[in-house]
Amino acid sequence: MGQTISEKILARASGKETVKPGDIVTCNVDLAMVHDSSGPRTSGKKLDELGVPVWDMDKLVVIADHYVNLDTPESKNVQDICDAWCEAHKVKHFIRNQGICHIVLPQEGHIRPGMFCVGADSHSTTAGAFGAFMVGVGATEITGVMATGDIWVRVPENVRMEVTGALKPGVVAKDVILKICGDHGIMGFGYQVVEFCGDGVASMSAQDRMTLTNMAAEIGAKTGIIAPDAKTMELLKAWGVSGVNADDWQSDADAVYAKRITVDGSTLAPQVAAPSSPENADDVGNYRNVKLDQAYLGACTGAKLEDLRMAAEVLKGKKVAAGTRFLVAPSTIKMREQAAAEGVMKILEDAGAIILPSGCGGCIGLGDARLAEDAVGISSTNRNFVGRAGPKSSKLYLASPYTVAASAVAGQIADPRDML
Amino acid sequence: MIHKGKAWKFGANIDTDLLAPISALTSAKPEEAYTECLKDVDPTFSANCKEGDIFVADENLGIGSSREWAPQYMRSCGIRVILAKSFARIFYRNCFNLAVPALVCAETHKIATDDQLEIDMEKGEVRNLTKGESYKCDTVPAHLMQIVADGGLMPHLKKKFKKAS
Repeated sequence: MGQTISEKILARASGKETVKPGDIVTCNVDLAMVHDSSGPRTSGKKLDELGVPVWDMDKLVVIADHYVNLDTPESKNVQDICDAWCEAHKVKHFIRNQGICHIVLPQEGHIRPGMFCVGADSHSTTAGAFGAFMVGVGATEITGVMATGDIWVRVPENVRMEVTGALKPGVVAKDVILKICGDHGIMGFGYQVVEFCGDGVASMSAQDRMTLTNMAAEIGAKTGIIAPDAKTMELLKAWGVSGVNADDWQSDADAVYAKRITVDGSTLAPQVAAPSSPENADDVGNYRNVKLDQAYLGACTGAKLEDLRMAAEVLKGKKVAAGTRFLVAPSTIKMREQAAAEGVMKILEDAGAIILPSGCGGCIGLGDARLAEDAVGISSTNRNFVGRAGPKSSKLYLASPYTVAASAVAGQIADPRDML
Repeated sequence: MIHKGKAWKFGANIDTDLLAPISALTSAKPEEAYTECLKDVDPTFSANCKEGDIFVADENLGIGSSREWAPQYMRSCGIRVILAKSFARIFYRNCFNLAVPALVCAETHKIATDDQLEIDMEKGEVRNLTKGESYKCDTVPAHLMQIVADGGLMPHLKKKFKKAS
């Protein structure tokens, strides 16, 4: 019987020939990632309490991104704890204030196909875009991983999510995943792994695919995964990863799936998720005339280099509407620099964008992009739960970078296809 | 393991931002900010929740972030067992790691706040003493009950390392 990519990875990591859904196995961890919030201040402290060292310093990556550039004593304290802990433990891979962990991690060459990784953050699923199996866990759980190098895993069922047909101009991975959220709900694939495939996925750039696996967290999945192809290898190479064999990490033709689902990519319209859940997604046309106080391009979901390029495509020669703030927090500093070198940042700034530091910021209601009382915003982030990005009275819509940029120009929710 | 306590009943989609708001996490002493738990849903919860109470919800409890503060705050309020129709997976694991059993029960809609419950985790049974009803709940894998019996993952790990040394 064939195996899916996920089963092949879990079998390898647990030292077994094969695994099947429902098995509870102990996997050796190839890489563990923590950030300033889930790391030194919480799991780091717990590890010290256990009095044992990090199991393998080559395999731990600490990334400071949550409390970046916040002007409060509390956030400075979190950053200080992070710095001191990494110094005291001689952390080999400590990446400080360079951008958001889920993008920095692959960008700095830490992710390759076939890896079994654990991250102390729910959007750790993002690494699945490179054919790695990466799951999010909490602080105590990652303490156990840092101490022992292993973790128990219940082998998940697999869902084959086929995106059929190439996407139309102005429609991107974010629209596909919001459509899936809308159709299947926020727990649509509870405990399962969602494998994205099909012409639609093949037509997406490798960077754009990261948005699909990032938001696997918003459909209840244990993680999302995409088989590596030539585009994946090319991007990994640009990020310093070479000598990877993509052929070993493909699902077999006779692999078993609990569900096979198709999404028609070729007829898909840009999607918008209304407050206060990603599952409130619908065609952009059904949300016209929603006036906006703020548009935000940010997070691990929606401010990668290609996301910035999408916004620039819309904004070139246009101005952000009076009465609307347009805030941009590039996912990483390297990507911001690349965007600047290409002239993308200038287009955004000329249109009236306010550029913010690279970090989690507005997505978790921190920093200058936090929504004000009663404010209505649209954002390229992944969650719009009550109280997440602002006070209870604020309202947040989710959309693609194209739609966010078009809406910033219109001052209300707008279809980007009318501006491209 | 049998646990008896008073129910707090909530609905579906109680997410981690509601359980552990960012304002609590960025405060000077986040471990003491559990009083903000569910402030946007029921501002009386943290003040009135008592040691040993049982948290009952419908679908998708704990969706969202990996922040362990969510079950940590529920625990700090006094919650010792959680029942829901379904759980987000990171939240589910976090609960056991903090020695708070999270049990899947399809009939939580029959439970109301203040009902007295008796939960038999080995048998997979929830007895509603107030209403005189009985519901099934999933039993828990043995390795997770061991973590609970040890007092959570930290004591469990301490035991493991003590044995090894």
